[in-house]
Amino acid sequence: MSLASTITNPPEPEIHASHDVHEHPFYQKHHFETAEQQREAASFGMWLFLLTEIMFFGGLFFAYLLYRNWYYDAFVSASNSINMVMGLINTIVLIGSSFTMAMAVWSAEVRNKKLLQIFLLATVVLGFAFLGIKTGEYYDKFAEHHVPGASFDIHDFVHPQPGTNEKALSVDMANKTQIFFSLYFAMTGVHALHMIIGIGILIGLLWYSRSGIYTEGYVQPIENFGLYWHFVDIVWIFLFPLLYLINRH
Amino acid sequence: MSTIVSLPDQTTAALPKRTYINNEHGILSWLLTADHKRIAMLYLVSITFFFFIGGFFAGMVRLELLTPAGDLMAADTYNKMFTMHGIVMIFLFLVPSVPATLGNFLIPIMIGAKDLAFPKINLLSWYLYMAGGIFVLTTLVLGGVDTGWTFTTPLSTHYLNTHVVTTATAIFIAGFSSIFTGLNFIVTIHRMRAPGMTWFRLPLFVWSNYAASVLMVLGTPVLAIAIVLVALERTIGIGVFDPTKGGDPLLFQHLFWFYSHPAVYIMILPGFGVISEVISTFSRKRVFGYTAVAFSSVAIAVFGFFVWAHHMFIMGVSNYSALVFSLLTMLVAVPSAIKIFNWSFTMQKGSITFETPMLYAFGFIGLFTIGGLTGVFLGALGMDVMLTETYFVVAHFHFVMVGGMLMAFLAGIHFWWPKLTGRMYPESVSKLAAIITFVGFILTFFPQFVVGYLGMPRRYHAYPPEFQVLNVLSTAGATVLGVGYMLPLLYLAWSLKYGAIAGNNPWQATGLEWQIQSPPLTENFIETPIVDHEAYDYEWLERTKERELQHVG
Amino acid sequence: MGISPVLWEFLTKWLTTSPVWPREASTIAPWADALFIFLWLMTLFGVVLVGALVFTFAVRYRKERHPVAVQIEGSTLLEATWTIIPLGIFLFIFVWGAWLYFRIYNPPADAMQVYVVGKQWMWKAEHPGGQHEINALHVPIGRPVQLTMISQDVFHSYSIPAFRVKREVIPGRYSTVWFNATEPGVYHLFCTQYCGTLHSGMIGEITAMRPEDYEKWTKLSTSGMSLAQNGERLFASMGCNSCHSGNAAAAGPNLAGVYGSKIKMDDGSEQLATDGWLRDTILNPSQHVPLGYKPIMPTYQGQISEEGLIDLVEYIKQLKTNYRIQQTLNTAKAEDVVQPTPDQKVTP
Repeated sequence: MSLASTITNPPEPEIHASHDVHEHPFYQKHHFETAEQQREAASFGMWLFLLTEIMFFGGLFFAYLLYRNWYYDAFVSASNSINMVMGLINTIVLIGSSFTMAMAVWSAEVRNKKLLQIFLLATVVLGFAFLGIKTGEYYDKFAEHHVPGASFDIHDFVHPQPGTNEKALSVDMANKTQIFFSLYFAMTGVHALHMIIGIGILIGLLWYSRSGIYTEGYVQPIENFGLYWHFVDIVWIFLFPLLYLINRH
Repeated sequence: MSTIVSLPDQTTAALPKRTYINNEHGILSWLLTADHKRIAMLYLVSITFFFFIGGFFAGMVRLELLTPAGDLMAADTYNKMFTMHGIVMIFLFLVPSVPATLGNFLIPIMIGAKDLAFPKINLLSWYLYMAGGIFVLTTLVLGGVDTGWTFTTPLSTHYLNTHVVTTATAIFIAGFSSIFTGLNFIVTIHRMRAPGMTWFRLPLFVWSNYAASVLMVLGTPVLAIAIVLVALERTIGIGVFDPTKGGDPLLFQHLFWFYSHPAVYIMILPGFGVISEVISTFSRKRVFGYTAVAFSSVAIAVFGFFVWAHHMFIMGVSNYSALVFSLLTMLVAVPSAIKIFNWSFTMQKGSITFETPMLYAFGFIGLFTIGGLTGVFLGALGMDVMLTETYFVVAHFHFVMVGGMLMAFLAGIHFWWPKLTGRMYPESVSKLAAIITFVGFILTFFPQFVVGYLGMPRRYHAYPPEFQVLNVLSTAGATVLGVGYMLPLLYLAWSLKYGAIAGNNPWQATGLEWQIQSPPLTENFIETPIVDHEAYDYEWLERTKERELQHVG
Repeated sequence: MGISPVLWEFLTKWLTTSPVWPREASTIAPWADALFIFLWLMTLFGVVLVGALVFTFAVRYRKERHPVAVQIEGSTLLEATWTIIPLGIFLFIFVWGAWLYFRIYNPPADAMQVYVVGKQWMWKAEHPGGQHEINALHVPIGRPVQLTMISQDVFHSYSIPAFRVKREVIPGRYSTVWFNATEPGVYHLFCTQYCGTLHSGMIGEITAMRPEDYEKWTKLSTSGMSLAQNGERLFASMGCNSCHSGNAAAAGPNLAGVYGSKIKMDDGSEQLATDGWLRDTILNPSQHVPLGYKPIMPTYQGQISEEGLIDLVEYIKQLKTNYRIQQTLNTAKAEDVVQPTPDQKVTP
């Protein structure tokens, strides 16, 4: 319902009648007039929360754009040093998980408990797969001394492996790769944190779905979580080209 | 002096049998409540606690500045004092002050709803706030932090060995508290209005809290990420703000002020709402130019996001971006001017009485006018060069935050105290407190304008002796101000037991909150109200009263 | 009156020695004060206007005199009035403030240069003639002085209230401020940006002197070596001259007369050779590769102090011919001493 219509058309009196005799669905909270109002409020709230998240990541993206502009060569070399194949696999895994999540929402809407549980479980598994691959990537970076901080080493960028057609960076530019890796770890780390929180909630949803509440009309928690999960996915869709694909041919 | 207060006959009057306060008993019924009114009271108690903690630090700062030499405490102790004063007052008092207490309590009632849209998230907000508060107290116990509330990098990341990460955690957590409060308000105002409660029938208190909520939701996450990056830089050594690694410390300034300038509007906008309600009620008049006042709140919220770099005019932003930000700063000053004039003209042809909330509102108008106009000094580029980072800035934002916001907060607390508790505060002592606060305030902060133009830098532990007289005046004023703030604490506590029974509508005000019992029922309304009148429609109130009399007769 | 004479004397002394207005000691000060006074008049006008409105209404329409309120919806005309008039005033102030800002931050071309390095918690000033000062600055009156400032650690801010100027001193980049002192005297220097424990101790004295006294002072307090001379020494000892020899076939570009010119870069852009640019080319050479040269210059990050960088910058600024470079180069070769150490060299 649009804003204007809620202002000009107050709810019909029948709704009050139904409220008085308590005919509303089991999941309706006492302070809402109708289940519709509750559903709208919840999804509006979720969208606002995602707006907050956009601003949160926005700060990081702003920093990224600034430094990429300043230290482009360093960003290219550092970007080439991270494992694009793993990133690509992760992208596919995450898109897959978005698909299973969308299917989970659909299953809840058609009130199929079995399917809902299968798709939620699939989303959890894909989520863990993503995090597993990410851990592998982090481990590589650790082994290569590409983690910002005291052990950071620019050797690989000043003296690239012979045989690769990597451009050697001068020391001052190579030092700036640390900024790239700072942003890489900050951005993918915050993203991974969102994944971990998401998987936690997913497991909770899976647990509560056994009672069947989500498949008897109370779709809204699944739907809202779906929004969150897709958002996390979209953030990755931005992160992948920005971090892995700078100047790939 | 005549008054509009109309109390029930005290010999027969009693508090309602069933209220949100006595609906359930025991400490757990408060700690696990989802009732917005109980959560508001939890907030009220906790922010009062933190206000006096922050006030203690302010007192220590003023005591140290009594003499030019740094003789009362060591320099690093002094630095911790003003840092803790800033952090506690801003993140634990000013940001949640009106929205989390009065807003939480009143917004659902004013729009005719039973509760906020997400009662459990509301409770979560309070727990997050308390968690943030406990982290701040932990920092204190561990030995404090001395970054200044602005966390300027690279000072905060590389050059201090105090508890920066603990404080950063506190601010991060408290930030989420305010994001959730804002989110809850926005959804509630959009989706939970009673039938007939259109946007332009909303009380202006709701409008201004709505505008502040937008700022909370969009601004706070940027502070959160800036703080996270500071903490990561300290703990694992990433270099996003570190000039030795190629990072830009000015980037931190941009991210920080992108939140922290809108934050001052988060702090002041709800105060505007309180003043609109109070002036209208005690003038018995609809707020002059309702739509102008409502839209000016929104305009402040929108423009407020595009002026952050005026904190950085001397930091080497380019001349042209300085021009743009200065121009936008001038524009954001206009809606505040509009509000001031609208409030003044609300009184025209009214029927004015001078109860305590009105006195605080007068104080607000005077002090906020000075506070706002001295902001124009700082927005003017060439003037800012001289004034920024001096006591002039300190005086300016205290005029707005303390003279403006705290006056508004106290006006609101007195105004809605009968609704919150069902009892009146004692009138004459509270008028005295209002006057003491006003006098104390002027004495504390006016000399700081002068000493600021003389060049005394802020955050100085010791200063040249020729600034002493002005500093002594300021400290003397702070003492008076301290008394002014202690008084309400005492007499409001007293009134909980001995105050006169207020009845539903002691002020004869028009808001929906005044049409229900005081203190309200847990569910606010027995049946959902259907709104058929504009905000501040005193004629409607008269008609309703007459009808009720006829019914009774 | 019961005030004891001692207390009275104390009070009068106290009050007469406490200024309420800062001294005007630079050419910009009267301009800043004019705007400041105008702004206070505006504030006074605003407060009196609002105060008068509130007071008049409060008296005229108090309940005793005006028992029944008359409802007024609003007035578009009045709204427009108090939107447009404040807007007009604020825009006027914006223009005035902007004009002042450009005056404060755009130095005249003939300004005398002084370098300032800020660090926790002291100010070091370096005059081109080689005079070094700590927490003090001596300047002549009647002559524009430009300060080129940098911080070694955290943000500081160089503030001289009597001159009405102030500028943030930032780690990693030069910032500048200029003034033209008018009155001889000793003035406060404050660090106004909170910079850690002894922030309030990061103060000093600005001594403005008559030109002849300043001449005397420069002669008496020189360390014997000008900044450019120090820079020349550093230039040779760091081995800069081996590439920047000025020969046509040299690996590095000719630096004579480079200051202030626009330089064509490898990537097609043009960069202006300012003080900050010169400093940055030494620290981040690969971001400043001139057209026709290879990015082979090593970075000197962490090898030269900020003072050393200032010496080098000052030296390059003064460099008009390569005659002396080639001289020192030949001497260096003959004695076979200074060669860049291997770790400074980076194989391309």
